[in-house]
Amino acid sequence: MSTSERKPLAALIGALLLSSVLSACHNLPARTREPLGLGTPVDAAQLAAWNIDIDADGRGLPPGSGTVAAGQRIYETRCIACHGVGGQNGIADRLAGGQGSLASKTPVRTVGSFWPYATTLFDYVRRAMPFDSPQSLSPDEVYAVSAYVLHLNGLLPADGRLDAASLPRIVMPNRDGFKVDDRPDVVGTRCLKDCVPGS
Amino acid sequence: MPPYLPPPGLDAGADLVADKGKKAPTDRRRFLQGSSALAGGAVAATLAGPARAAGEALPVPAWTRTQGRPAAGPYGQPSGFEGRVIRRVREGAQPPFPTAASSLTPLADIFGTITPNGLVFERHHAGIPDIDPEQHRLVIHGLVERPLSFSLNDLLRFPAVSRVHFLECAGNSGSEWRPARKLTVQSLHGLLSCCEWTGVSLGTLLQEVGVAPEAKWLLAEGADAAAMTRSVPLDKALDDALIVYAQNGEMLRPEQGYPLRLLLPGWEGNISVKWLRRLKLGTAPWQSRQETSKYTDLLPDGTSRQFSFVLDVKSVITGPSGGQTLKSRGRQQITGLAWSGHGRIRRVDVSIDGGRNWEEAVLQTPVLDRALTRFSLPWLWDGSPAVLQSRAVDSRGNVQPTRSQLIAARGTESAYHYNGIQSWQVLPSGEVHNVHI
Repeated sequence: MSTSERKPLAALIGALLLSSVLSACHNLPARTREPLGLGTPVDAAQLAAWNIDIDADGRGLPPGSGTVAAGQRIYETRCIACHGVGGQNGIADRLAGGQGSLASKTPVRTVGSFWPYATTLFDYVRRAMPFDSPQSLSPDEVYAVSAYVLHLNGLLPADGRLDAASLPRIVMPNRDGFKVDDRPDVVGTRCLKDCVPGS
Repeated sequence: MPPYLPPPGLDAGADLVADKGKKAPTDRRRFLQGSSALAGGAVAATLAGPARAAGEALPVPAWTRTQGRPAAGPYGQPSGFEGRVIRRVREGAQPPFPTAASSLTPLADIFGTITPNGLVFERHHAGIPDIDPEQHRLVIHGLVERPLSFSLNDLLRFPAVSRVHFLECAGNSGSEWRPARKLTVQSLHGLLSCCEWTGVSLGTLLQEVGVAPEAKWLLAEGADAAAMTRSVPLDKALDDALIVYAQNGEMLRPEQGYPLRLLLPGWEGNISVKWLRRLKLGTAPWQSRQETSKYTDLLPDGTSRQFSFVLDVKSVITGPSGGQTLKSRGRQQITGLAWSGHGRIRRVDVSIDGGRNWEEAVLQTPVLDRALTRFSLPWLWDGSPAVLQSRAVDSRGNVQPTRSQLIAARGTESAYHYNGIQSWQVLPSGEVHNVHI
């Protein structure tokens, strides 16, 4: 058989192989980057009740406002049982105080001493508090409670008020206290004989 | 009495390998002996005799003379004799809010590498919701071409992916930052489990919605009463993230996120958001409460590591372990679990003298990527005091550090990501306690 006669045979075998592969797979979608067409389109109006996140720049903050004074009234009916008078000594997380303690032997992590962004406070209260009835506060009430907790930490005056414009401008004391993860920072050594325990 | 040799069935070396291409410790006479490693073969001959006395004839018990119960019923349960093998709250802990609490896997009483579904550890922030899967939706929106809502039925129509991965809470072993308490391995290290997870590759779903070029992060949000949120780097989402609906062959348990959860292999458990209802793509992390006020690692200088996702190499001996008592001298089986968020476990070393001398343990195969790996090593205990330790090495070459090394670098206020070597003190009475050395 000459070389020129082999080529059509090779082509035929190749075509047979290809067709068998194709016929075996023809009911399966090709592995392409094309979408499968599953799922239902969803628009902003449908999503409104779920789309409640606030980012660190304040995007997502709703209209409305609240004062420190109004926040104190809400705090004393809805929050104080768990978080304590003035945001301290409750059974839930401490909210106030602790500034300057982070590098000490007894660091106290509170909204004022530790949290880097005030926007986080609004986002968290809005989605998860009060513990016994989450997502029950109006935007005005969440602004007010946030204002009161910031006031307890000396970050807003007694006559202060918060809204979507002012909240992201609050500079939290520990704003620059976080750094990118650089672990594994501690790696052991694989000594096998006559090692120094603990080293 | 003849010297004790392990019966063929206990000679693990034949089918267990420590590392590909590396000679495994297959010598059946290779034991850790006494309290000083490799003390000499004579020791084995003199103390190894098991307490095998000539006894009475074996009786034929009642269960052999009568019919048993009918078929076990709609959903099988463990033997009634195993009632102590349960999840527990940490000894001494009294969480003020029972719905914002955790329960721990009984690591000393489970076998192999897969955690039974009813024993997988729990950590909730607002209780376990009872979600109707017909009503549940997963929405993907934000910086995408086509915002979409997926029902569970939609997700079941995508190609299914199953992978075995461990899940560990970032706060697991956190009490070890403090002075040693005489707790069990369940209480100390039980925020740890391993399942075969089944679901859809998140990359497939992101292909379905079309990711905008400027997207770099996504927000994952739960449907529970905490509506818990974490920011996830898009690279991880596209690399190996799963949207999971099943564990160990059945639909997710409610406490594990039924009907949907995120699963980010090798990363701290908190970010594998349960009861997942929403993924929103954006350009930067959201700085949610769970990634600022919690799950950040405070260091002695007052700064904190943030977005500390990966769980470093770690291991723990689960038997003998805290609260147990060795009933007799002679042969013991040291066994435990090793894992790393960086990849596979390459080897585990075991010490019986508090870290002076080490012997390589046998790894149960297959050793899977970012999954629990079972190790074991026989030990001839001569009744003298001993301190048992294990030290894991992962496929990146990371060696598990000692507690002292960790504390020297991080202080004691980090709260999260403790991966120091665990020390179990064995007293001449056979009692086993947690100690720090």
